[in-house]
Amino acid sequence: MDFSQLLADVPTLVAVIVGVPAVLAAYIVGGEYVVRLLPDKLRPSVRPWIWVGPALAFVGFFLVYPVFGTAYRSLFDLSGNSFVGLSNYVTQLSGFPSGGSWIAIRNNVFWLVFFTVLVLAFGLLFAVLTDRVSYESPIKSLIFMPMAISFVAIALIWKFMYSYQPPGEPQTGTVNALLGIFHQDPRLWVQDPNVANQALIVAAVWGFVGFAMVILSAALKGIPGDLLEAARVDGAGELTIFRRVIFPLMMPTIVVVGTTLVIFALKAFDVVYVMTNGNYDTDVLANRMYKLLTASQDFGDASAVAIILVAAVIPVLIFNLRQFRAVEARR
Amino acid sequence: MTIASERVATPAAERPFTPEWLGQVFSKGLLHVAVIGITLVWIVPTLGLLVSSFRPLDQFSSSGWWTALSPPFKFTLDNYTGVLDASNLGQSFFNSFMITIPATVIPVTIAAFAAYAFSWMKFWGRDMFFLALVGLLAVPLQATFVPILTTFVNLGLTPENVGFVGLWLVHTGYGLPFAIYLLANFFRALPTDLFESAEIDGAGTLTVFFRIVLPLSVPAIASLIIFQFLWIWNDYLVALVYVGGTPEVAPLTVTLANLVGSKGQDYQLLTAAAFFSMIVPLIVFFSLQRYFVRGILAGSVKG
Repeated sequence: MDFSQLLADVPTLVAVIVGVPAVLAAYIVGGEYVVRLLPDKLRPSVRPWIWVGPALAFVGFFLVYPVFGTAYRSLFDLSGNSFVGLSNYVTQLSGFPSGGSWIAIRNNVFWLVFFTVLVLAFGLLFAVLTDRVSYESPIKSLIFMPMAISFVAIALIWKFMYSYQPPGEPQTGTVNALLGIFHQDPRLWVQDPNVANQALIVAAVWGFVGFAMVILSAALKGIPGDLLEAARVDGAGELTIFRRVIFPLMMPTIVVVGTTLVIFALKAFDVVYVMTNGNYDTDVLANRMYKLLTASQDFGDASAVAIILVAAVIPVLIFNLRQFRAVEARR
Repeated sequence: MTIASERVATPAAERPFTPEWLGQVFSKGLLHVAVIGITLVWIVPTLGLLVSSFRPLDQFSSSGWWTALSPPFKFTLDNYTGVLDASNLGQSFFNSFMITIPATVIPVTIAAFAAYAFSWMKFWGRDMFFLALVGLLAVPLQATFVPILTTFVNLGLTPENVGFVGLWLVHTGYGLPFAIYLLANFFRALPTDLFESAEIDGAGTLTVFFRIVLPLSVPAIASLIIFQFLWIWNDYLVALVYVGGTPEVAPLTVTLANLVGSKGQDYQLLTAAAFFSMIVPLIVFFSLQRYFVRGILAGSVKG
């Protein structure tokens, strides 16, 4: 490693750390100064735009405009020169069940169901179990830890967990070594189309359970103790209390966490890209879109796949907006 | 009276060696076994990686990492020196900072301006814009790549010309909806009296923002900074799309993923590289966990 080159870059880093906030502060102070030059009556109607303007410009340019741009671009061929109508969508959605994007769509449905359900189930279980022990917080930080690292690292960790040596050789992967204890032959987890999807989903579940656990655990602590005490005095068993009291009260939080997980499952990319790159029947829409974008340089089809992804997210989006409106109405 | 209350205070299960007592001890024991068992299962993947990254090559390929936990203990730093020499992880480490720091500072600052306007100013379309931001939280970034890439190429905002600037701008746009949402929820909860009395004292908008709103919002801003920092540091897809694998600008995640392709056979090097990429997030996580958790809670519970 060449440290001298890194040292040469340090001034750049310092300039950026000092310069960027300076520019932003200068903007808002300068903006406010300009507002004060205006006549009194105009100030309240101009001022908000100084404050909210940069944010709206960024969001407009990097999120709103591109979504429409992508929808428009999906109606053109790969180079963008000729209008092809819906034919990119026809290419992506023909050949059911194995042509076009169908393998990717099927796998996204897999992810949606198994990833979401498993993360919620484990998250809830861990939240309830850790709530009952005195050493709760160190345990929770260990389970939560994978949330802090990148999914590229998570993918590598699990590639290593699944690593394979031929039967008879000493296994170096934890999963196959465990199989060996039960006198089972080692499996090629990641390269076997029958189990590869499940293997990838397990890696992502491992990474995300901490997220669900932390939120659900906060909701669990919000349930008044008297309520549980009253149920216990009435002679309800712990399982009944969980089913009849805890679970219904936590339902709103479970739904909110669930929608976050659904969105993540639809956008799943890093784990798939690093572990299999979509081979062995594990392709997902986000990975397919990336391959069309880079390997095939086919911007038309890539845009069509992206819009399919947007269409899949729209129900969740509408649901989120309704939730938000309901919360606002209660304010 | 006293006798009766003592009876209540000593339920049957607390008297030793009754069937209830045994049952309770058993289920308590089962609980501890379950909690500790789950924790062990959860740390094994990371532990395996960490232990492996310090094992010599001959051991690494011939036995499982758990054998290293019993004597003779044979550990080495060879994998770390090897992978740092053979790759541009060092440069990428610097790049990750160059990308992450501005891509955290810019959106958090701009979001603070906007959140202030959203919570304490009146303007045309305010609620509509805010609702749109909530909707944008769910939009897949994939749907933005093609037009932004095309525009960047047309404007010459490529990594060769402007280094990380394009990536900073993109991350700012992508991070703003969540950042504004989180901060606006917090700013709105500040007491109205504060603003009224400041106004009576003749404090200008800037004074109120820098002297009242920001100091009172330190916990929320800290959560957001940590959240955004880890988000950008761990980002792979956005960096891959906008700067690609060019060694001069690639962050750690991209270089690490490239190593999987180029050094897939030298797995002992990959374990060291993976752990190297995790050092900064783990330090941030374990030292500032409280704020990170708070950010996650604020971002989702209110959904």
